[in-house]
Amino acid sequence: MRRLETVAAWILGFLWILPLLYAFWTAFHPAEFSTRFELLAPLTLDNFRRAWEAAPFARYFLNSFLLVTMVLVGQLVLCTLAGYAFARFEFPGKDIAFVLVLMQLMIMPDVLIVENYRTMGRLGILDTIPAIALPYIASAFGIFLLRQTFKTVPRELDEAARVEGASSLQILWKVYVPLARPVYLAYGLVSVSYHWNNFLWPLIVTNSVTSRPVTVGLQVFSSGDQGIDWSIITAATVMTSAPLLIAFLLFQRQFVQSFMRAGIR
Amino acid sequence: MSRNAIHGWLLLLPAFALLALFTHWPVIGTIWDSFHATPKGSNPAPWVGLENYQVMVSDEVFWKSLRNNLWYALGTVPISIALAIVMALWVNSKMVGRTWLRMAFFTPTILPMIAVANIWLFFFTPQYGLLEQVLRPFGIASRNWLGDPETALACVTLVAIWKESGFFMIFYLAALQSIPPSLEEAARVEGASRSYYFRRVVFPLLMPTTLFVTINAVINSVRLVDHIFVMTRGGPNNATSLLLFHIYQVGFNFWDTGYAAALTLVVLFFLALVAIGQFVFLDKKVHYQ
Repeated sequence: MRRLETVAAWILGFLWILPLLYAFWTAFHPAEFSTRFELLAPLTLDNFRRAWEAAPFARYFLNSFLLVTMVLVGQLVLCTLAGYAFARFEFPGKDIAFVLVLMQLMIMPDVLIVENYRTMGRLGILDTIPAIALPYIASAFGIFLLRQTFKTVPRELDEAARVEGASSLQILWKVYVPLARPVYLAYGLVSVSYHWNNFLWPLIVTNSVTSRPVTVGLQVFSSGDQGIDWSIITAATVMTSAPLLIAFLLFQRQFVQSFMRAGIR
Repeated sequence: MSRNAIHGWLLLLPAFALLALFTHWPVIGTIWDSFHATPKGSNPAPWVGLENYQVMVSDEVFWKSLRNNLWYALGTVPISIALAIVMALWVNSKMVGRTWLRMAFFTPTILPMIAVANIWLFFFTPQYGLLEQVLRPFGIASRNWLGDPETALACVTLVAIWKESGFFMIFYLAALQSIPPSLEEAARVEGASRSYYFRRVVFPLLMPTTLFVTINAVINSVRLVDHIFVMTRGGPNNATSLLLFHIYQVGFNFWDTGYAAALTLVVLFFLALVAIGQFVFLDKKVHYQ
């Protein structure tokens, strides 16, 4: 029975990884082998070269890099401040404010595309990287996660620092932030992978090479005049997934633990 | 107001301002715009009352998308949760190669949906696709999986299940690891079978996780439409059009923003139902400590 289960687990695991293996096969072999699986088929990087030359992927990668950096830095700063306020301050309207924040867990920016597009139009920042980033920077998830973390910090540490004359912000920076480091790492990994992969909102607000992230770039590229040159499209697909995939393979344990930590809330 | 209160609000202010601008205001704006026509040029949009909703009632694509979305939810939510539980149990056991299995199950989570959709598209391609090649020796007739209204929705649902299961597995894995091993030992001493132990001990202990994951899965069944853009573009004959995809088409292909706002309100209504359901059914103590 146990042995049967192990076999079933391995079959499912193989099926789960199969699309990726298939992509690697097609990307690293000449087009005539894209559906012929021969052990000795010659390897090639030509598909990658052609994909790289066919579209401004270097620029797309730069845009994605700028986007995830901007989102992450903004989120870390704003969510830290807000999480600290909810964890350690008493102010009128706190409970209502908290409910209003949690609302975003249900109504994510992903479904408010029509109105947010209008807002970006009014602000005059359509087709820019900040326009992709702005709706996501005040993250309810991040605020909630950091509030929970900050609440576990012993009050005594806080009070000891206060006795020594430290201001609220100094205490936040010297006491709370260092203690929350694993949570920051966890949140950071989740945020980066979410925004590297995000598609619909960037598709809507961007309209040119100078602002498109890789996901939108890939879509424009693969639905364009490439026809069905699968080898090139697959190479481009592997390319766009590569940064996260490599990071994941290198830091597998941290990734899984981060997603776990971010999930237990 | 005390100093403490002022400091509290000041700390909250930057995040709250952005939330108000990009979450609360758009919700109000959606309601407002759904009662107005789409503005032309710089003229303000005229009030049209319920006209957008009348359009909706007679919009066949809307009803089709709604139905598709319900099937999509009914397909992805239970199956991905069941798979996630099984995966988590396997990965948490002392099975040979469990590290490898964990990686295999989790990998789809970190890949861009838009990228893997390309791979799946190739996978389903008639004649050349891997699926055809695997099925051919078994004598199963060639068919256009994504081009046939009968199978297209099932195919995009399958891709969503593949993408999500490993993600949900992580939450179950965390929950399983928090179950004290002494429980299993006690069950074994009492002579309880493995399935009995799972049904009567593990599964009830996983309940808070299941509720949390269910809510996430339901939200995802509204949100997860990226692969539709690559695999089917809502076709054939709107067989794979989902609500958010329909909103995209109405709002950004036909630029009918008034009607798109009315459609968005339908989605917000469903999300509100989920939120209310969460408050009614969930023991808040279990979830948000």
